[in-house]
Amino acid sequence: MTAIAPHLPVLQVLVPMFAAVFTSFMRRGNSAWLMAVAASWLSLAISLALLAQVLQSAAPVSYVLGGWAVPFGIEYRVDRLNGFVLLIVNLVGSMIIPFAGTSVRKEIDGNQQAWFYTMYLLCLTGLLGISVSGDAFNVFVFLEVSSLSTYVLIAMGRHRRALLASYQYLIIGTIGASFYVIGIGLLYLATGSLNLADIASRIGPGMTEYSRPILAALAFLSVGICLKLALFPLHVWLPNAYAYAPSAAAAFLAGTATKVAVYLLIRIYFSIYGVAFGIDVLPVYMVVLLLSLAAMLIASFSAIFEANAKRMLAYSSVAQIGYITLGIALANVSGLTGGLVHMFNHAMIKTTLFMALGAVFYRIGSVQVADMAGIGRRMPVTMAAFTVAGLGLIGIPGTAGFISKWYLVIGAIERGYWPVVALVVASSLLAVIYVGRVVESAYFREPSKTVRDATDPPALMLVPIAVLAALSVYFGLDTRLSAGLARGAAEMLLGGMR
Amino acid sequence: MKSDVLLRIGVKLILPYMLVFAAYVQLHGDYGPGGGFQAGVIVAGMVIVYALVFGAKAARQIAPVALVERLAPAGVLIFAATGVPSLFAGKRYLDYSVFGHDALHAHEWGVFLVEAGVITTVAATLIAIFYALTDREHS
Repeated sequence: MTAIAPHLPVLQVLVPMFAAVFTSFMRRGNSAWLMAVAASWLSLAISLALLAQVLQSAAPVSYVLGGWAVPFGIEYRVDRLNGFVLLIVNLVGSMIIPFAGTSVRKEIDGNQQAWFYTMYLLCLTGLLGISVSGDAFNVFVFLEVSSLSTYVLIAMGRHRRALLASYQYLIIGTIGASFYVIGIGLLYLATGSLNLADIASRIGPGMTEYSRPILAALAFLSVGICLKLALFPLHVWLPNAYAYAPSAAAAFLAGTATKVAVYLLIRIYFSIYGVAFGIDVLPVYMVVLLLSLAAMLIASFSAIFEANAKRMLAYSSVAQIGYITLGIALANVSGLTGGLVHMFNHAMIKTTLFMALGAVFYRIGSVQVADMAGIGRRMPVTMAAFTVAGLGLIGIPGTAGFISKWYLVIGAIERGYWPVVALVVASSLLAVIYVGRVVESAYFREPSKTVRDATDPPALMLVPIAVLAALSVYFGLDTRLSAGLARGAAEMLLGGMR
Repeated sequence: MKSDVLLRIGVKLILPYMLVFAAYVQLHGDYGPGGGFQAGVIVAGMVIVYALVFGAKAARQIAPVALVERLAPAGVLIFAATGVPSLFAGKRYLDYSVFGHDALHAHEWGVFLVEAGVITTVAATLIAIFYALTDREHS
């Protein structure tokens, strides 16, 4: 164990990457699935060990690839923030993958099942790589790894429109990635470095002659990453992508992909610009604040009028991302804690909801709200989990969603933004309506013909759904882990700021 | 185009030189322009030129789809595995110093192995893309 301990940051990426290569040699879906299960759980264990290391030491855990010294070689650097993000991604991955076994067998053709797991593992590799890497260009490479595999995952959906959704995301995602590279290129021009920590130490008040490229870089990085994290109004790719992707892929992406992009935005705003340059030279926070509020309200309205439950959840994701970016825009300890803890809580909640819908699709072959009439009596455990997670989405006290909103509201009050407080509450009321529509249809309508023979799905699907739903309540009552880690990360991020 | 003698003979003549040139680009990449990516493109070019003249079916007999689909990840595996021996030696991942006694030699070996992975994946991927495009009329 002592021999492995210093290598954990690189193993976090290597384990899913090697597993992806091995599954690509396999032709049988089942063996690929077993490989993916082993890799996902091992990856979760690594992230837990890594988090323990980070919490023990005051300095970030650093790993230099190939033994090249820091500003020149690629550095993997884990601190309280990305240790937390790694945990979120792995927690979602390890819960999705048992569920995926049954779901994929139903939704994807036999000869493509092994490829599905290859793409899932590559996507996991990319997301973990973005989180763990401390090198701006290495982050871009992993961004592409995760994006390309995401396009394939979405295109594997059964509906023909999955191809269109994937293509739409391909175009927008490529623009986002290009903007990110342009931003990094400008920073490299000004500082001569690609190491994120090194860039932060090089851009400062002394660099006034380069201030214009550095500001342009901030603009490019903001827009590029906001395209990836689907901040309103750059979210148009997301509803179709989540709606037409295979159930397991949609659940995985909803829980992880946008969260990792948010992490990248936080890293750039607080660890680079916040520390060294003073982000307030541009009205970034005000722009993000207004867009977040717009996302919370407009996307929630769209969710209310959506007939397809999966699309409804996708619009709700856009709204929930608004809460997370609201925490960034508040930029005080309470607000940022709220944003960060909502990354964690929303990952639990939204993954549960998407998996529950995946189970519904597995049984009745549809996720239209009208088709789900009366399903609460036929699939009691699944719909109970859906309801519990839905309450979390609304933010009922005692659920995880309440904790995040509590911190966000406190953060807004500390800033004196009373209208923001009112809008957070208003957006929660909209969530009552769209979650309520599904719950009402599922419990208070006569079962339709399609629903009559439906039962709860096999245990491999049901257990992860139930476990995650239980976790979303547990983290609403015991916040030591989730909010504790988020607070530690927020204090670290804001502590370095001028 | 199968009936055109000049094309058939010409392609058969040019193929070995393409392979030699690919090897040159691959191995000389340390000193001049070139490397695994460019060499892989030339190798894929061989199969594509062959397919253009003798037909996609004949090309699939030389480079079967199943082989190509396995070679693409195999190259990634070669590249990724190059970093593993250093892990077992207690050094950092992708530290080439385990491949030889002095740093320069070790580094040359490390890069050689990595480039072997690159040529495999690039060639196989380009051929796979070509096959996917030529396959469209059948499906």
